[in-house]
Amino acid sequence: MNPVALPLNYNLVQLLELRACVFLHCCSSSLHFTKLICLFVCLFCSGVKDGKFTVLQLVEALGSSLTSSQPHTRARGVLLLSEVLQECYRDLTEREVEVLIAFYENRLKDHYVVTPPVLKGLKELTKCTNLPPGSAVSMLRSVFQDIHVQVRLSYCCTFKGLGADFVFGFVQSMDGERDPRNLLLAFQIAKNLIHRGYELGKFTEELFEVTSCYFPIDFSPPPNDPHGITREELVQALRAVLTGTPNFAEFLLPLLIEKLDSDVQSAKLDSLQTLAACVSQYEHKHVAEFLQGLWTAVRREVFQTSSERIESAGLAALTALTSCLSRSVLSSDSEDSLSTFLDFILTDCKHHLCEPDLKLVWPSAKLLQAACSASTSASHIITAAVMPSLLEQYNNRAQCSHRRTLLEVVQRFIHSVKNYESVFLAFRESLCGVVFSALSENNSSLQITATSVLTSLAQQAGLLLESDIELALDHLTRLLLIEEDDRVSLAVAECAGALAQLHPALVISKLIPRLKNEMYTGKLLKISCILGTGTHTSSVYVTWPSCLFRAHESRPRGGDVSFSVDEVVLTCRSLQRIAEQVQDTEEAGRCFHNIIIPHLLSLALQAALQGEKGSVKGLTSFILRHQNSFNLNLLSITYELTDFHPLSPEATTASRAVSLFLDGDVSFLPDNSFPSHMQLLKGDSWSLSRLVCLLMGSVCSLPRSVEVPQIDKLLSALEEMSCTCSHPLSYTSAAKCFAGLVNKKPQGDSLDSCACPQVSKALLLRYHPLFTTLTDKLFSLLDDAGLGPMAAADGFSLLMSDSTDVLNRACHADVRIMYRQRFFSENKAKLVQGFNAAPQEKKPNYLKALSNIVNKLPKQVQVTELPALLSLLLEALSGPDQDIHLTTLSCLEPVLVNPPQVLIQQLEALVNRLLALLCSPAMSVRIASLSCISALSYFPVLPFRARVLRALAKPLDDKKRLVRREAVQARAQWFLLGSPGGR
Amino acid sequence: MSEGTRLENANPVIFQRSGDRVQTASEEDEDVHDPIDDREIFDLIRSINDPEHPLSLEELNVVEQVRVKVNDAESTVGIEFTPTIPHCSMATLIGLSIKVKLLRSLPDRFKIDVCITPGTHASEEAVNKQLADKERVAAALENASLLEVVNQCLSTRSI
Repeated sequence: MNPVALPLNYNLVQLLELRACVFLHCCSSSLHFTKLICLFVCLFCSGVKDGKFTVLQLVEALGSSLTSSQPHTRARGVLLLSEVLQECYRDLTEREVEVLIAFYENRLKDHYVVTPPVLKGLKELTKCTNLPPGSAVSMLRSVFQDIHVQVRLSYCCTFKGLGADFVFGFVQSMDGERDPRNLLLAFQIAKNLIHRGYELGKFTEELFEVTSCYFPIDFSPPPNDPHGITREELVQALRAVLTGTPNFAEFLLPLLIEKLDSDVQSAKLDSLQTLAACVSQYEHKHVAEFLQGLWTAVRREVFQTSSERIESAGLAALTALTSCLSRSVLSSDSEDSLSTFLDFILTDCKHHLCEPDLKLVWPSAKLLQAACSASTSASHIITAAVMPSLLEQYNNRAQCSHRRTLLEVVQRFIHSVKNYESVFLAFRESLCGVVFSALSENNSSLQITATSVLTSLAQQAGLLLESDIELALDHLTRLLLIEEDDRVSLAVAECAGALAQLHPALVISKLIPRLKNEMYTGKLLKISCILGTGTHTSSVYVTWPSCLFRAHESRPRGGDVSFSVDEVVLTCRSLQRIAEQVQDTEEAGRCFHNIIIPHLLSLALQAALQGEKGSVKGLTSFILRHQNSFNLNLLSITYELTDFHPLSPEATTASRAVSLFLDGDVSFLPDNSFPSHMQLLKGDSWSLSRLVCLLMGSVCSLPRSVEVPQIDKLLSALEEMSCTCSHPLSYTSAAKCFAGLVNKKPQGDSLDSCACPQVSKALLLRYHPLFTTLTDKLFSLLDDAGLGPMAAADGFSLLMSDSTDVLNRACHADVRIMYRQRFFSENKAKLVQGFNAAPQEKKPNYLKALSNIVNKLPKQVQVTELPALLSLLLEALSGPDQDIHLTTLSCLEPVLVNPPQVLIQQLEALVNRLLALLCSPAMSVRIASLSCISALSYFPVLPFRARVLRALAKPLDDKKRLVRREAVQARAQWFLLGSPGGR
Repeated sequence: MSEGTRLENANPVIFQRSGDRVQTASEEDEDVHDPIDDREIFDLIRSINDPEHPLSLEELNVVEQVRVKVNDAESTVGIEFTPTIPHCSMATLIGLSIKVKLLRSLPDRFKIDVCITPGTHASEEAVNKQLADKERVAAALENASLLEVVNQCLSTRSI
């Protein structure tokens, strides 16, 4: 049937009637209905628009269906009409609109299935430009009278601009509503009413009453709630209504004061947050009469609270209130409400600051600081009232603990006004006096507090004079040189670092030269700390490293001068920090690559050579003895440098390193007394061979774009070394270096397979096709009696863990995302099969491999994979191997925080296994098992309570204190389970 | 002030908390036997919450390490606690919390004695007698509302 093809110029009404009938009888199924309605709407609309017939004629034509005895037929008729109206409401005359409104209002009384299309039609009619006067109100009245609330609410947001009548209608309709869905909608509508400037008129209080009766929201969604409405959504929606307009102030503020007195914590919190939100819209006249009440309520919460969240909400509300008062423009006759309010605060809080050992000193200070941070004027008033007495107190008190508390309070004040300059100008001199006297005090915690006060003062722009900084630097230098307490030194160094950032020139001219002179006296720790925290100035980082070297070289080589290993390591560490700090400047890059790294390489090489000869002296002997940590530091330095100058200096370093290691080319090293043609990669001596880790540092950190010279030769030398060398550090470094190079080799190059986990990892990271062969090899090793338990099972751990030195993104390795998940999903079946097929004595190897793999998976994956693996993991817990126990427990523990359903079903088995492990001979297993048991107490485990409590009595008497501590915690949790006041 | 009507001692003196126990190498050694010492017992009770203030018993100086005596070999523990004011009505409750915490955390073999520091409370003797009476302690813990308060003192604070 093609209705469009029917001729239109015939007897219009008849034709329309005919079509309407066809339409209504054809659409027996809803599928047909939707298709057909589109066609008909199209057709009728074009007819109306072309003026071939009018809408009223259409109504007439639809007559039979609109008056049908079947409500569904009526609904279809109305829907068709409404759809047509949607298309052609612009073409309606005023008379037509009037008739249609009358028709629709009448239809509102019809059966409920007719209501939705009726409302749709009314909605379309409101869009008409020529709405007859008064029709909107009558429309609204009918809507509010006849329609049940749930339907109504979803439509009434479309009636705009209808004034107070609409508000009143809305108020009536929402009154007594209980359904959270409707409430959420109602709150949103109320918010729109307020924000879009509806005239609330005499219904302001009604609108407030009808919404505020839900405050504070007390709603917990039923379990399995399909609508997913949360308490937080309702709270936010209601808060937006209540705080939406200053017209509510006179009703809202008394309500908040009342609710703050409630015993329910969430009510207090909600009230304070609402208070903070509402005053941002208010002026002083809105809050003036409630100030006393609000202050008393907020003070009570901060003085007495047991909850940090309420305390911080109270302080935030106080700040908001103060800044509201500070914002207002005062007229000449109105009272200065800001100073009135601050007077309340000062009267109640100031005297507590004079009792530095009592509880209320901190709450009082926090309240004052909250007010202080609100505005410049508030901070001036409060500091003027408080600071003199604080400083006087400091000078009068003799006890260091009192002085420290006072100093801490002062520091918090400085911090709270950090956005307002010049507040402390008046106190500059006395503050400096107090800080310097505290720095000269012989009490370490006082000194530490003083350094942080000094930092805060220095960070206040324009406060301290240059002479103050100089004096401060004198104090800091003195402390750096004489202070023995590490905590003080660290605090002083941090402060000096902060000063160095703010006043680099002063620090370079005053502090650094004096420290350089003292460099021999073992103060490197402190100096390196300063370098670590500040000084971005190029002159410092370029001159400093050379100072360090000179310091070392000028020491006599020989004799029994004691070099402390810490110093050497710290030198390297401070170099490393500099490398971290320096920005990408060419100067720094050249300095490191041309001077520092060759220097360090040379030192390392010297040490290694002398170690071979057995005649080691001075610095080199120390480097030798502590070669590993030295090399590792050097390694980190080279890593830090990889991010800049991808082509120039560092490529040179790499090619130099390669030629040094492959060809024995020593020409670039500064102290050139080395024998030529050394065989660094072939020697039997471990002192030389372990230098390979330096090669690793130089070549593996290169970006992928840089080509490593002689790569094939290098690879084969490394492969041989990793297979033949017997020194662990050497062969792992060689393997790592090999892996690092392989990872970056372009795809398609030939790669010899070799069953080394490092290499497998290099390939796994980049999804290399060859990887599967290597994994299979690794799996087959699990069955190998000799290698299985150790090498292969641990190899999986290596495969899955993050590599700290070579194979990571910082070293530009090719690391694909989710390589762990991919590995796991490809291999879990193999693992489970292998386990089932393996003879009994080989099973532990598989379990170990499994627990190593699962341990490293991201938690989401663990949770989803757990169901399949749980029985294997439980099996792993019952074996004899302590290492397996430990890795399995560490897989389980994070999963226990939010356990999947399958675990809950296996609780019995899990509890049994865990309790059995309490007797493990390894204390780490006992501890891990206890912490799992502790986590279990949050599950539905009430039936196990008595048994677990009995079992936990034994570890309370464990011989190890750490086990007892864990047992005490676990047992306390289980005691609270199902007990009043517990959980 | 309004809080004065609610709390017996609204503005008590606050004391510094001691830091965490420093872990020693011997504690990590599997073979060494770590005896239960005063500090270990003190660590058990110092974090108990005060029933009135959001502060621990250590911060209010109600318990001090010098007033903890333990003899691991003879399996005895003696603790003296000091109420913040001599008429503190919470003294029994605090004593009970300490006692319950130790009953839950120590092996059965210990005999636990909790009493008020001599001369610091008006009804010292009565409180001590209550705390020493096994049956009365057991009866007190049968009382659900009392147990609730004790459990709250022993819970780690949230919110």
